[in-house]
Amino acid sequence: MDGFIHQIFSGIATGGIYASVALALVMIYQSTHHVNFAQGEMATFSTFIAYTLIQAGVPYWVALVATFAISFAMGVAIERIFLRPMANAPELSSVGVFIGLLLIYTSISGWIFGYTIKTFPTPFDTGHPMLGGFVSGHELGATAVTLVVLLSVYAFFRFTRLGLAMRAAAYNPVSSRLVGVRVGWMLALGWGLAAGIGAIAGCMVAPIVFLDPNMMAGILLYSFAGALLGGITNPLGAVLGGFAVGVIENIGGAYIVGTELKLTMALVIIVAVLTVKPSGLLGKTVQSRV
Amino acid sequence: MNSNSTMTTVMPHAIAKPAVTPLALVGLAAGLAVAVGAAFWFSDYHLFQLTMVVVYAIAILGLSIVTGFNGQISLGHGAFYAIGAYVTAILMDKYDVPYFYTLPASAVVCAGVGFLIGLPALRLGGLYLALTTFALAVAIPQLLKHKALEDFTGGVQGIVILKPDPPFGLPINGDQWLYLFTLGVGCIMFLLAWNLLRGRIGRAMRAIRDRAVAAEAMGIDIAMLKTRTFAVSAMFTGIAGSLGAIAVQFVAPDSFTVFLSIEFFVGMVVGGAASIGGAVFGAFFIQFVPNLADQISKAAPGAVRGIILIIFLYLAPAGMAGLTRMAIRRLRRPKPTGA
Repeated sequence: MDGFIHQIFSGIATGGIYASVALALVMIYQSTHHVNFAQGEMATFSTFIAYTLIQAGVPYWVALVATFAISFAMGVAIERIFLRPMANAPELSSVGVFIGLLLIYTSISGWIFGYTIKTFPTPFDTGHPMLGGFVSGHELGATAVTLVVLLSVYAFFRFTRLGLAMRAAAYNPVSSRLVGVRVGWMLALGWGLAAGIGAIAGCMVAPIVFLDPNMMAGILLYSFAGALLGGITNPLGAVLGGFAVGVIENIGGAYIVGTELKLTMALVIIVAVLTVKPSGLLGKTVQSRV
Repeated sequence: MNSNSTMTTVMPHAIAKPAVTPLALVGLAAGLAVAVGAAFWFSDYHLFQLTMVVVYAIAILGLSIVTGFNGQISLGHGAFYAIGAYVTAILMDKYDVPYFYTLPASAVVCAGVGFLIGLPALRLGGLYLALTTFALAVAIPQLLKHKALEDFTGGVQGIVILKPDPPFGLPINGDQWLYLFTLGVGCIMFLLAWNLLRGRIGRAMRAIRDRAVAAEAMGIDIAMLKTRTFAVSAMFTGIAGSLGAIAVQFVAPDSFTVFLSIEFFVGMVVGGAASIGGAVFGAFFIQFVPNLADQISKAAPGAVRGIILIIFLYLAPAGMAGLTRMAIRRLRRPKPTGA
């Protein structure tokens, strides 16, 4: 039983990371109807930047904030340079650009930072287990950081003028433009925010899975599964879906299929959601005009 | 969403070209003669590379059928390549089946798996299929390594198979035979694809890609045709996997990561997504460009592929096939008096 509770807690901890990446995916999907297949590789690259900063002696939290800022700028730049010209291109082209970005990011990560597996530092006390031994210090800290990120994103979209403008731009670009919202820049800001959230998720997961250029491939898959489970049109759903997938993954990995098939579980969740309830638990039903 | 712009940008001329011109036939025959002649010209290592070009061409052709002609984006065709490779390797290794009999077996298995995967995903929008197939491609090495299948798949170690000998006492070595055999199968597959795509079914596939609603109004069962197209496409790529396994004489889970699927995708786009001939060019591209880039650095092949992919998407979305068509038209009509 203790083992079971332990699995639930570590499921929530990794689920938080999936939740943040799922939120980043949904943010981009909502405004552009693109699924960013390079999200994981971008986050890995950012994590490498954080690693380099920390190795250079920058304090952890300063490095984390700096990484967020750098990733934000990178996300904005990518939207402006690579995706703006693709705004009206067919789906195959936009998917192709994401695949191109994925290839470029993985290669550059390997090129600059090398392929050896690195241990990533954690700022949290890992000496003694917390909450009666059910959860490690890093898991607790990572969950806290994830929650802070998610709440700040919520507050930003709910209570600020800029957040409102970004929501408007995603919801109805034409009307937003008419009332003076600069829709193009809102999309770029959304990209920046998504890249920044991904970077923090990368830094939180790196101490658990170790850092190498392909670190996020599996995480991206779970986040896809989480976003679909919660509903890819609903940010709150994506977050809940991310947590749910984390717990399902841990319980399933420990008791049902074994750790060797964890990735397959993401595939099964995706196929199951698409078959049973394609709109996800909280998403809007997609209607196509006939 | 952008279905009609897909048509105009990706393949503007496929429908208006039903007949085979004598010139094209001569060109085809010459190309085939060069391809056969290559078996007696190149060293064994280069022949192996050319064999892999034929293998990749079939695999990309499979992807092209579903993505280029039917508009269903698949990012996981490496999984079908892997399944085909494993079917052949297991049949040859465990059951002593001759290599040429393993091809129909892997065709059946891959078509079946493709049908089952396509069934839930194809009913939804293109991105969901891209997502599902991407997930399949990421998961497939883990599945192949799994303990329950280890007796068949050899787990992480994979399976080593033997190179087939040339039959009928032909005076050629194993590599030459392997190349010619692969080339022969490749020609059959290309002929099948050409025949499928130029007829009623091919038109229906393109109609679904370009304007699904109109296609439905014409009486096409969209979900069924999409799923069948996916199955046929998986079959092509699966046969390529079988031939690849015979050529490499080895299969292991880590040869079939998600990057194999991505390579097929890059090859398809660079060659020309909705083009039969483009598949050949794409195969040359993925076989030789990484080798060239590899001399610069270990990381370079990926970056070079990514950059070339993006450049093609911007500047030549119809790939090399589109550029070639454009060049031919320019040459035929020296004075642009309005087409």
